[in-house]
Amino acid sequence: MSNENEYVLKVDHLKQYFPIRSGLKTIPLKAVDDVSFAIKPGETLGLVGESGCGKTTVGRSILRLYQPTAGRIEFDGNVIFDSEEKINKNMQPYRKQMQMVFQDPYSSLNPRMTVEDIIGEPLDVHKLYKNKAERHDKIIELMETVGLNAEHATRYAHEFSGGQRQRIGIARALAVDPKFIVCDEPVSALDVSIQAQVVNMFEDLQKQRGMAYLFIAHDLLVVQHISDRIAVMYLGHMMELADADELMNHPVHPYTESLLSAVPIPDPKTARNSKRIILEGDVPSPLHMPTGCPFRTRCKYATEQCANERPELADRGDGHLVACWNR
Amino acid sequence: MENYKYILEVQDLHTTFKTDNGEVHAVNGINFNLEPGKTLGIVGESGSGKSVTAYSVMQILADNGNISGGKVLYKGEDIVQWDKKKMSEFRGKCCSIIFQDPMTSLNPVYTVGYQLEEAILLHTNRTKKEAKARAVEMLTLVGVNEPEKRVKQYPHELSGGMRQRVMIAMALACEPDILIADEPTTALDVTIQAQILELMQELQKKLGMAIIMVTHDLGVIASMCDEIIVMYGGRVCERGTADDIFYSPAHEYTKGLLRSIPTTSNSGERLVPIGGTPINLLNMPQGCAFCPRCDEAMKICLSEVPEEIRISDSHLAACWMNIKNMYEEGNADE
Repeated sequence: MSNENEYVLKVDHLKQYFPIRSGLKTIPLKAVDDVSFAIKPGETLGLVGESGCGKTTVGRSILRLYQPTAGRIEFDGNVIFDSEEKINKNMQPYRKQMQMVFQDPYSSLNPRMTVEDIIGEPLDVHKLYKNKAERHDKIIELMETVGLNAEHATRYAHEFSGGQRQRIGIARALAVDPKFIVCDEPVSALDVSIQAQVVNMFEDLQKQRGMAYLFIAHDLLVVQHISDRIAVMYLGHMMELADADELMNHPVHPYTESLLSAVPIPDPKTARNSKRIILEGDVPSPLHMPTGCPFRTRCKYATEQCANERPELADRGDGHLVACWNR
Repeated sequence: MENYKYILEVQDLHTTFKTDNGEVHAVNGINFNLEPGKTLGIVGESGSGKSVTAYSVMQILADNGNISGGKVLYKGEDIVQWDKKKMSEFRGKCCSIIFQDPMTSLNPVYTVGYQLEEAILLHTNRTKKEAKARAVEMLTLVGVNEPEKRVKQYPHELSGGMRQRVMIAMALACEPDILIADEPTTALDVTIQAQILELMQELQKKLGMAIIMVTHDLGVIASMCDEIIVMYGGRVCERGTADDIFYSPAHEYTKGLLRSIPTTSNSGERLVPIGGTPINLLNMPQGCAFCPRCDEAMKICLSEVPEEIRISDSHLAACWMNIKNMYEEGNADE
């Protein structure tokens, strides 16, 4: 067993395929194909990529909302899934330590439950209180932690604004005092002025409670702000993983490079002087994955080797991992 | 004939919606001018009235909406007074719009080619055959590969980026003077967004139309626009050139907005959010719309709507702070 303090979560060669029926045949859609990474306690790993790259699926597979096709997931020193050793643990005790915050604060809260019941549900499931009064006190404390007015405990979700609803979702995740939270695009649905409030809250909570985050988002500037390290995914594969500032300032993979240059910078002078690297075409369908490197169809450096062999994620020094033959 | 400086002038525009909960003043007396061939950005949060402003110019408001006051001058003529027939000529020929979600704004049961030809046949004297050729020509212009094949395809067969290109082709088919883009890239991924923005800039150079860019994304605004309008609660907070707005903002809301976004340079620092919650248009404050969330709010902000004052030749802002600062500097003569 590995050193318990080193990683809170370790994912090795995770594969998540979904069966797609196409006529009489069933073909696998490879949403996540051989992804490995690890997260230290109290660390934030940002996960970025375009829609359909499998970033949300990674988050959900870790929490075992999907049954992974293959790979190994180790949480806090315990193997919770291993396809080779046929380990497939009951998740209930682990869900107390790993939680999720969803993208859409409108559809992730039950409209027929009061805020008190939404936040109280994880407490009920894991039996974390002795009596009604303790349950109530815990809920009020959680609401205050996320900056909600405790008087509003008996209201329904629709009576709150988008930012406040996201706070309810965060309070629900915090209820069981987890060690690790998967944040799946938690600020994408919020207005710019509200985004900063929620980003700051995530940072404060992490400082107070020492939680680790897997922060999934497509907004690179937000991810850079909140993350210690950033992983870039493309078509179910991990292309690059590095320290946040290192990745943003010295991207190595051609995909990361073009992704970063495509981000519109909110500064007119920089915008006028910078040159966008425009990628040709669209992301290929994951049902018809290119051979070799998944990015080669849009890559201007692609060679024959890229078409034949898939590059492995290799360390280029200081933990900067890149999967590319040419760089 | 060509005796206008601005292709579009909006003067004191008011748009209201009748709802069950009362009348909503979505746009509350806004002014702006658009020069031919320039790009104007309208930026604001949801509910700030930026889309309603665009829809009011096109007069494509929902049934319960109504332009309740003000003028919209196109080449010096007030189009609010125009009848239905004249307006339908205006849309498409003089001014076109592309929407956020290209899937819902294309008709799923007609081919891409049919929908392109429809606009061309409606607004020009071309024959069917010529319209077909024009449709292919337009698709080539917006960078759709194999245009002859694409015209026979249905919208669901195209990717999001391709659909947005088709929308742009449709909007530009009759060579309008103004293109309104309502959050054109919000539904797209960043690499596709970069393609579409690049395309819009290229087409503007080629065809010379003016663009009104409606968006909440300050990054898109910074890279695309000559002039910017910042809206909040149905009013214009501040307007000026891109440099005015980003480098010397003169309204507390704009300042707060710029402080609250993460940039490449402030990644280690803590963000400074704007407090409070977005405005409820049914329950507008009496004075400045932003004052319940403003750290600098003064007594006068609560009771009186600030007037737009001139900061420089190109820069106007509606914030009492500027007047206060002028008094303090001792040069308030107005």
